[in-house]
Amino acid sequence: MGRYILKRFVFMLVSMWVIVTACFILMNAVPGSPFTTAKMTPLVRKQLEQKYGLDKPLWQQYVTLLKNLLRGDLGISIRERGRSVNGIIASRFPVSLVLGTEALAFAVTTGLALGVIASLYRGKTLDYIAIIIAILGVSVPNFVVASVLQYVLGAKLKLLPIARWESPAHHILPAFALGLTTLATMARMMRSSMLEVINQDYVRTAKAKGLTPTQITWRHCIRNAILPVVTILGPLIAGITTGTLVVERMFGIPGLGRYFVDSIYNRDYPLIMGTTVFYSAILLLMTFLVDVAYGFIDPRIRLAKGRAD
Amino acid sequence: METAIEGKAFAPSSGEAPLLSIEDLQVSFYTYAGEVHAVRGVSYSVKKGSSLAVVGESGCGKTVTVQSVMRLIPTPPGRIKGGRIIFKGKDILALSEKEMQSVRGKEIGMIFQDPMTGLNPTMNVGSQIVEAIVKHQRVDKATAWEKAVKMLEMVEIPNPKVRALQYPHQYSGGMRQRAMIAMALACEPDLLIADEPTTSLDVTIQSQILDLLLELQERLGMTIIIITHNLGVVARLANEIVVMYAGKVVEQGTSSQIFYRPLHPYTHALLRSVPRLDRKTRTALASIPGTPPDLFVPPKGCAFAPRCPRAMKVCLEADAFPMELEKEHQVSCWLYHESNPRAAMELEKGGVAIER
Repeated sequence: MGRYILKRFVFMLVSMWVIVTACFILMNAVPGSPFTTAKMTPLVRKQLEQKYGLDKPLWQQYVTLLKNLLRGDLGISIRERGRSVNGIIASRFPVSLVLGTEALAFAVTTGLALGVIASLYRGKTLDYIAIIIAILGVSVPNFVVASVLQYVLGAKLKLLPIARWESPAHHILPAFALGLTTLATMARMMRSSMLEVINQDYVRTAKAKGLTPTQITWRHCIRNAILPVVTILGPLIAGITTGTLVVERMFGIPGLGRYFVDSIYNRDYPLIMGTTVFYSAILLLMTFLVDVAYGFIDPRIRLAKGRAD
Repeated sequence: METAIEGKAFAPSSGEAPLLSIEDLQVSFYTYAGEVHAVRGVSYSVKKGSSLAVVGESGCGKTVTVQSVMRLIPTPPGRIKGGRIIFKGKDILALSEKEMQSVRGKEIGMIFQDPMTGLNPTMNVGSQIVEAIVKHQRVDKATAWEKAVKMLEMVEIPNPKVRALQYPHQYSGGMRQRAMIAMALACEPDLLIADEPTTSLDVTIQSQILDLLLELQERLGMTIIIITHNLGVVARLANEIVVMYAGKVVEQGTSSQIFYRPLHPYTHALLRSVPRLDRKTRTALASIPGTPPDLFVPPKGCAFAPRCPRAMKVCLEADAFPMELEKEHQVSCWLYHESNPRAAMELEKGGVAIER
């Protein structure tokens, strides 16, 4: 198991390096610089470029970047005068994190439950309801869901606040809008996974032992059915993270997502790099954790990898 | 004439009430293509302490019959359309699902064909046995675990204490089947149903598993129903044999009756198709020409008639009913009906006795 985790960890570091390099190349390939829009004399521009190290050859900039990244220093934002990228992330990310976690918790629990229920009532009304929710959730983008919710529940029925980030009630709509796609994917995956497991021989064995349907469902079906679903958690978390960019805007939530989008418009190199590195790190970490969790749930992976390596 | 024979056919052969008796069981599966009449009026019974083998080719309803005994037929698409299954005096088909849960595992244990997929891959073997014990016996987890280890020891798994903690993928095929047997026997059931327990194992392991079953039966005085299409298995394990064809029982009797005095042409053909080491000549292995009938539209006559070398006109018109021709030996074939002038002669020469 130790070797397996170590291998995954090294893999994660390599991925991170690839992302940083790709981001650096793309960022510099885009025409323009942070100062293209601003009106300034060539002298001022030159001084500014000197200050941020943009006058040096690209390979030097790249090396400096890697050195700084290794020290955990993401640099200083060009647009947000004098504020360090680390500082911006530290102050804004907690809000995004809370929103993302809430959305994820809601999506995973409800999605799994919905999938299990649908599979147990296959072909009955409950199953169809779950399928409809799943199809809606997957096909309707979250900004549409968000605006419909804002209009119906917020503006018309006045049940929940339309926007802003204050009381817990303010969290409900954005978390729902953000989590719906994930919920739907979860429910669909879990349903088909369960249906597959229900027909397995070991489920029949469990029944032949005289276990109750509840025991069979919990110990034998869900435990096995959840495996493939756990693996897609990584990409789903990615979906939620990128989803925050839009949802935060729509609900006026002071999270990190806004900076991520704006930094690209502004060609704020350190902020682009900083937010990209930060989001990628989260994603890679999630995938890493999912891999490890998968190893714990499925003994075949844990032991086989441990021995084979 | 007919009624006299029929009355005799269903009379119990011995005074003792059987442990399990299946009476006129009918099971169908409803598919998109139509109704499959998988089991069409099967009756057989097994006495306490005896071992009964059910033989027949694939798709003849052997497995469906025993799964009905455990009520494991998936419904839908399956449905038990009629008949009774009397186990220890109660009709299993009339029990509620809840009552059935205390029959499964506790009173009837079952082992399945494929041990590779029959165990839960995410649970260690010990826990899977403990699960059955805790369900049916009032014991705490620790005692149950000890018992599980003891069961693994009984089925001759080396180093059972360590092995109990391992997962199915760390077991070989034969060990998994041993573990399945341990699991099925954990609650000391009165009846063990083994559905082709050796089919997916290689030959040496097959023989080990059979030895184990034989030994356990002797030691625990267990009643066994074994389903197989391997006649070698039958010869070693069973003292009674039921031969099934196309969802019906065509012949049943004691092991020696079936092997030495097979009466039904199908049984005869089945025995002839067993590879033998004692044949001198190098002849091709006998096989039964043709295929079993389509169970969507079962034939109105005898299902074997189209493949039967001795078929008569009546065989295509009406199905024969079970006739008891010797003590405990029943056969459903018109050859032995009294209206056949040669019936006595057929029986006299032992029907179609196995050739040497």
